[in-house]
Amino acid sequence: MDQAFVGHSYYWLSAVLLLIGLHGILAHTHLMRKLMAMNVMQVAVIIFFIAISAKSEATAPIAIDHGTSLTAEAYINPLPHALMLTAIVVSVSTTGVALGLLIRIHRRYGTLEESELLERMRE
Amino acid sequence: MTEHIPILIVAIPMVTAICLPLVARLSPGAARAVDISGYIAVCVITVMALVRVLDTGPWHYELGGWPPPWGIEYVVDPLSGGMAVLVAFMGLLVSVYADSQRRQLPAWRSGVYDSLFMLLFSGLLGIILAGDLFNLYVFLEISSLAAYGLLSAGGNRAIVATFRYLLLGTIAATFYLLGVGYLYALTGTLNMADVTSQLPAIVGTAPFGVAVTLIVLGLAIKMAVFPLHAWQPDAYAYAPPPVTGFIAAVMSKVSAYALLRVLFFVLGAEGAAGAVIDIMGWVAVVGAVAASVMAVAQTDVRRMLAYSSVSQMGYILIGFSISNAHALTGALLLIVNHAVMKGCLFLAMGSVVWRTRAVTVDELAGMSRRLPWTMAAFTVAAISMVGFPPTAGFFSKWYLLQGAVEADAWVFAVALIVSSLLSAFYFLRAIERIYFAPVQDTHVRRARVFEVPVGMLVPVVVLGITVLLLGLFNRAIVTGVIEAALPEL
Amino acid sequence: MDRPLLAILVSLLAAVVIRLIGDRPAARETCTFVAAVVKFALVASMLPIILGGGTLESEPLGLVPGLTLHLRVDALGLLFALVASALWIVTSIYSVGYLRAGNYPNQTGYFASFAVCLSATIGIAFAGNLPTFFVFYEMLTLATYPLVAHNRTDAAIAGGRTYLVYTLIAGQALLIATVWASTLAPGEGFQPGGFLPADAGAGVLLPLFALFIVGVGVKAAVMPLHGWLPAAMVAPTPVSALLHAVAVVKAGVFGILRVVGYVFGVDLLRTIGAADVLAAVAAVTILLASVRALSETNLKRRLAYSTIGQLSYIVLGAALGSVAAVAGAMFYIAAHAFMKITLFFVAGSLYVEKHRDKVTQLAGMAREMPITMTAFAVGASGLAGIPLFVGFVGKWNLALGAIDAGRTIFVFVLVTSGLLNLAYFYPIVHDAFFGKPEAPAGGEARWTMAVPLTITALVSITLGLAPDLGFGFFTLAWQAAESVATGGGGVP
Repeated sequence: MDQAFVGHSYYWLSAVLLLIGLHGILAHTHLMRKLMAMNVMQVAVIIFFIAISAKSEATAPIAIDHGTSLTAEAYINPLPHALMLTAIVVSVSTTGVALGLLIRIHRRYGTLEESELLERMRE
Repeated sequence: MTEHIPILIVAIPMVTAICLPLVARLSPGAARAVDISGYIAVCVITVMALVRVLDTGPWHYELGGWPPPWGIEYVVDPLSGGMAVLVAFMGLLVSVYADSQRRQLPAWRSGVYDSLFMLLFSGLLGIILAGDLFNLYVFLEISSLAAYGLLSAGGNRAIVATFRYLLLGTIAATFYLLGVGYLYALTGTLNMADVTSQLPAIVGTAPFGVAVTLIVLGLAIKMAVFPLHAWQPDAYAYAPPPVTGFIAAVMSKVSAYALLRVLFFVLGAEGAAGAVIDIMGWVAVVGAVAASVMAVAQTDVRRMLAYSSVSQMGYILIGFSISNAHALTGALLLIVNHAVMKGCLFLAMGSVVWRTRAVTVDELAGMSRRLPWTMAAFTVAAISMVGFPPTAGFFSKWYLLQGAVEADAWVFAVALIVSSLLSAFYFLRAIERIYFAPVQDTHVRRARVFEVPVGMLVPVVVLGITVLLLGLFNRAIVTGVIEAALPEL
Repeated sequence: MDRPLLAILVSLLAAVVIRLIGDRPAARETCTFVAAVVKFALVASMLPIILGGGTLESEPLGLVPGLTLHLRVDALGLLFALVASALWIVTSIYSVGYLRAGNYPNQTGYFASFAVCLSATIGIAFAGNLPTFFVFYEMLTLATYPLVAHNRTDAAIAGGRTYLVYTLIAGQALLIATVWASTLAPGEGFQPGGFLPADAGAGVLLPLFALFIVGVGVKAAVMPLHGWLPAAMVAPTPVSALLHAVAVVKAGVFGILRVVGYVFGVDLLRTIGAADVLAAVAAVTILLASVRALSETNLKRRLAYSTIGQLSYIVLGAALGSVAAVAGAMFYIAAHAFMKITLFFVAGSLYVEKHRDKVTQLAGMAREMPITMTAFAVGASGLAGIPLFVGFVGKWNLALGAIDAGRTIFVFVLVTSGLLNLAYFYPIVHDAFFGKPEAPAGGEARWTMAVPLTITALVSITLGLAPDLGFGFFTLAWQAAESVATGGGGVP
């Protein structure tokens, strides 16, 4: 049973965060909260990628000493990190756009509660 | 220069998008010229790429000279080349149309608007040409972000609709990315061809199933497949007409293409991928009929068209699910046809709204006397959506039905027929109003023909004619491009 | 020169030209008339080849890999095409008179739609395989809808909707049937004697046949799929005359003949047991429709039910399957067309010149409109099956065919139907000739309406005396029937 948890804690973390985020988007009615939940979801994926790049007894992938030969086992996988830089940028941009939209919505409708908004929209 | 065409297809729009706001500040005329020439250039080079690929086989382009599987690859094969031509063609027509509708905006805003369009265009082309799973995600998000910007330009209700779309779209992209992450963890590569070569080792493992499910869910939300379609009717109804025209015509098709690429080409429809395809087919059956029923209940024409799109996406998925040669041919042909038909319908409705502010089916009464040419194109596209011969829609329906009957998938065949009849109901209802009802004068100032300006009329009519041509000459497209695109079948 | 294709395209071109001509009555009517004459000439020019035992084929367009738009002129197709194109000429003349007398709007759309309908009809006649047939069949549905709803009144729009509901559902049934058939026998065109493989088994062939019959049976007004026909009588009378007495409904029974003779084959149908069912359905339709006609007082609706009944003669002949029955059925396509169109022309004249549309309002009409009412008498007698009129020729062959097929009961059906026909037509004739007129006003119909109905009435008599006169309808029918009976190869 603890095989499922030992060494896999980060995956569990990622899964839990993903579900928290998803739940937040679907269950909360305040748009700002939905946005924050969305961020949590995106972080979950980032954690997943970082987690799969980790290796035991490996160090940061910076080649300091060119004299000694470079073996893959000594360094963690840098590719997911690079990918996640992109993902972070995407997340930030999306959040930026979303915040811009929220500001407009608040200015026009005066509320960010979804139920009230939908009512005012239908008018 | 021509060796770099694959990257140019994506790069030209992107660079243009960056330059446009600056150019627009200086001179609106120059900005328009740069804009249109960007689309024309892309049209030309996509056609060149398709022609070369049909001749000599798939074209793999390595970005920066880094060979795969470590480098990022762009692949032009008959399927992606054909899709690229389609997107380019629609982009050009919509930009001509949009241009005409926006004379009133200040130059700066107009430049931003065009720039976003170009970004969306670039993003979609990137999705099509991507040979790398992560790169597909990047372009997916580029196109989504641009789409959010464009959709929100339609007024206050549009902003709320766009926010909801943003949430759902991000969920979709996140799922897709997570799925790619699982595949990466399993195979150690992001290159599509490389994943395919490693497939036998990983098919049947649990992570593979999770990966497939996540990727499919993500792309399905983007495709607005029932029941994940909720964002679409609002988004389409409130957005500015050219935006709706382009996005409705093209975005969900590109997502469908991505789904096809991943499920059939990368994952070879094996194992979990095969199971997902089957499940998808049944969900799509329900979706196709349910969406048609909902379309019947709509009074706003644009929402009716949006639900019609959901239904047609269902047909495409049914085609994927049956997955024999005829069904896949039908699905691909429907992708092409639907882009043209829906583009025509939404742009025509856009013209109507622009001219008369009429949005509901009832308000379309007598519209044929106001906008005769626009309504003629609308009618042709509507008839094609129902599937009357010899328009384009008939032939894609024919192939799908043939595929269904050959595979003994009678439920699917019946679903297609029922949905067709329902769409006949709501489209012919609209056509009846347009031609046979007396003209309503409440929304129109003058009682005579009052067609829209040429810039808006020409794209709509061109699309209408294309619908007919796609029908009559569908054999050329099928044997020329589609059969080359589906070689293993 | 690809004559089959040209024959179809002539009126499509005319439709476009008419649309462009717009609101100039003389020009657009001339255009219609010229197109009709050219079309008829093209069709008639193919007669010698067909009578000589050959066929004309062309494949102008590849539709779908493995299936092309396949045009094939054979005896049956030519028969139908000749009837339709000949009657278009007279209907064009009649339409001119009718529309002017009634001062109808939207005449450009009317003539343009009519031209497209005739294109579709000739396309159906010359279709060489099921997909081509389907393409033109649906085209006909689409092109006739604006004509049905032409008057734009609420009743007209409702009638149009009813028409669409019936024909669209039928179209989808036909589509599934066509796709299914092309899965069973890929790439096959219409073959005399059928092309479906017998080893597909009754479990597959029976549902397929049912789908086909629903598909074509709606237009053929087989009960219970006939509901659209009375509803479609809201259309202007020339529309009812040509389309709903000739083109649309004949396309339906033509489709039944094609399905029975050239897709399944008479023997196959007998083997799977469908022939008798179809015959029974036809017989029920004949009798019920004739009885129903008795209770209608509106003249056009009475004619509609008469049409429903008469069409099922053709279905019955197809179902019986013997050479005489099939020949009689095919010949009846021509016979009924000429007779019924006469009656509809008369009904139209009465409506538009005298504003009479009920059978009770026709007392003494023969005194005011002698030519018109005599034509009515001729048409009615022909439909009742009185010898020396063309209807009798068809019915005689049908009766012989029934005996040949060992189903003598259907002879009684035919006789009873004839009596019922007399029952609902004779009172009208009697009233018109021997009744006392209410308020004599005006005279005969204008020449543009009187001449066409005289022509068709004369044809009804002439073909009754010499069935092969002019265009060899009788020979064409026998040729086609024999090829169906012998099944494949030989004379098409």
